[in-house]
Amino acid sequence: MLEIRNLHATVDGKEILKGINLTINPGEVHAIMGPNGSGKSTLSYVLSGRDGYEVTEGSVTFQGKDLLAMETEERAAEGVFLAFQYPVEIPGVSNTTFLKTALNAVRKHKGLPELDAMQFLKLIRAKAKALNMNDDMIKRAVNVGFSGGEKKRNDILQMAMLEPSFAILDETDSGLDIDALKLVADGVNSLRSPERSMLVITHYQRLLSYIVPDHVHVLAYGKIVRSGGKELALELEAKGYAEFGSPEAA
Amino acid sequence: MAAIATLKDLYETLSPGLPGAGAAGLDRLRADGYARFLADGIPTTKVEGWKYTNLRDLAGVSLAPAQSAANTDFDIPSVAPGKTHRLVFVDGVFNAALSAVGTLPPGVTLDSLRGLIESSPATAAEVLERFPAPKADTGLRVGPNPGRGQSGGLVGLNGAFLAEGAVLTVGEGVTLAQPVEIVFVATAADGAWHPRLLIDVAAGAEVTVAEHHVARGGGATFANIVGGVRVGEGAILRHAKFQEEDDAALHLASVTATVAASATYETFVLTTGGRLARTDVQVRLEGSGASTRVSGAYGVDGSRHADFTSLIDHVAANCTSREVVKGVIDGKGRAVFQGKIIVRPDAQKTDGHQLNRALLLSDTAEIDAKPELEIYADDVKCSHGATAGELDEEALFYLRARGIPADTARALLIAAFLDEVAEEIGDAHLRAYATARIQDRIGRLTGITVDTDVPVLGE
Repeated sequence: MLEIRNLHATVDGKEILKGINLTINPGEVHAIMGPNGSGKSTLSYVLSGRDGYEVTEGSVTFQGKDLLAMETEERAAEGVFLAFQYPVEIPGVSNTTFLKTALNAVRKHKGLPELDAMQFLKLIRAKAKALNMNDDMIKRAVNVGFSGGEKKRNDILQMAMLEPSFAILDETDSGLDIDALKLVADGVNSLRSPERSMLVITHYQRLLSYIVPDHVHVLAYGKIVRSGGKELALELEAKGYAEFGSPEAA
Repeated sequence: MAAIATLKDLYETLSPGLPGAGAAGLDRLRADGYARFLADGIPTTKVEGWKYTNLRDLAGVSLAPAQSAANTDFDIPSVAPGKTHRLVFVDGVFNAALSAVGTLPPGVTLDSLRGLIESSPATAAEVLERFPAPKADTGLRVGPNPGRGQSGGLVGLNGAFLAEGAVLTVGEGVTLAQPVEIVFVATAADGAWHPRLLIDVAAGAEVTVAEHHVARGGGATFANIVGGVRVGEGAILRHAKFQEEDDAALHLASVTATVAASATYETFVLTTGGRLARTDVQVRLEGSGASTRVSGAYGVDGSRHADFTSLIDHVAANCTSREVVKGVIDGKGRAVFQGKIIVRPDAQKTDGHQLNRALLLSDTAEIDAKPELEIYADDVKCSHGATAGELDEEALFYLRARGIPADTARALLIAAFLDEVAEEIGDAHLRAYATARIQDRIGRLTGITVDTDVPVLGE
């Protein structure tokens, strides 16, 4: 599914990722944990193709294709989805217009017929209902006036609509209370399938009690310094990240 | 602009052939206009109100009447096709065959100015004089005033060739169910027209007017429009103008409106055409409780220039004004926003609000914004704001991360930016039409048609 080899990346000339190696197979859920400033969000932006994140070395292969050669929208259309740490508010663009445009762009890329307004509406209503989102939320401007939890649910709704084969959840738990976290986790879990892989990026173990990973990796100062099973998350929760050293050691 | 000597020839040649020539009233109006033009001339950038819009480079614009293309088989824009009272002008000349006034309720008249003059020059002159003229010096500022905002010379030019235009009168208490449309179609390669548009809405009446300026093959034409609006006590006038001429066209318009007690004047101006287009709106709130909404949206690209200049004059107490103007500027396009609010000493309890926002899509795009408040009353609520910015990079990335191609994402964000202005329009027909025209223009600007075909949610 996804193969990251010796990935180095800089932001504003400063090297943040210093040789990441990671293989994710279909259906697997991997968690990346690490202290603040370890490069977790940089990794998610590099994988989704954000401007300003420059890859200086290494490769990322997604379903046999060179992911790094693709534009952001092409990656999304190929099946890469980034659930944002801070979903963006877009005044004046309704959720429905946004999602219909996105869905039909992705469908077009896949060679599928575009959905008409009625087909789209039927689909979004069904998906929104499963996330406990009402009509009002789906017709409002994208994330405008949404609470933190509503914004995250809106991101998961987008994921449910676009049905990506690989999803990156970037600090999805940040800013959520326990009820909102459960709701979002339930949404994510319902999207787990043997064909869909996920990369869950988080600082805390808490989220991983709800979205249980197959593999856990520790990212510290630009490198994966340890990998293990789901029990590694519990160990980190108990011991903290201290043993993984300081930036100077990396 | 053609030399004044040429204009003199033109004036002397054309005057005897204009409708109503020889009738005292009209002869005097035209002579006054011509004299005013000679006195004031074409505004230069030394005039405060024209500091940012330079007409000097327009040398060579033909002031001769346009020669229309013979073919009138073009589509005529409409906010509600088949359901409006419509006057059509081709290259500034009234075209009865293309017009469709339909049945008007008692108390309502809708005439071409030419028709009115031909049937009774005296009545026409009387009607023409009933309307307010733009004021040369509208500010109260003490001391030398360089004469801000006046379009005196252009109004004079319009008066010198007074012949064409539209006159709408709505009698007391009448509500006109269907919108009135005044459509100007440019088909000529060049040439000028100077229409006068007059709207008189009597007390308690209500009407919607859509004004279109479009090109159907037209080129470097010059429209020099003067509008007069009177809104009587408690009356409501909703007025939208859609300026969508050819990229080579020159469009200069001034509208002067007076609003009586408890009356409402809503005006919206869409400016998407012309190499240079300026609309100068002056609204005087003359009676207690009068209100106005002035809104505008523009899109300029290439090396085009759009100017929206307004003056909202709070003369009486308890009046409200709200102005929202937004535009998108690309390439070497340039936009001008000048908005002045005057609150006169008697205009206590004034509520005035003004907002101007510009979206710059290129490094060479330019906006000159000049908001002005002149307040002489002490118990008032007034605010204004002006911003200029670029597309939100975060929002662009968010849209692209969902699979939306970059150019479509940009088009969506531009549409969202401008749609906020369309929301200012109270009338549903006008609003829907404005939104559609904005989408169409963005489509031509970006090459992307934004798909907003999503049915309204709810049962």
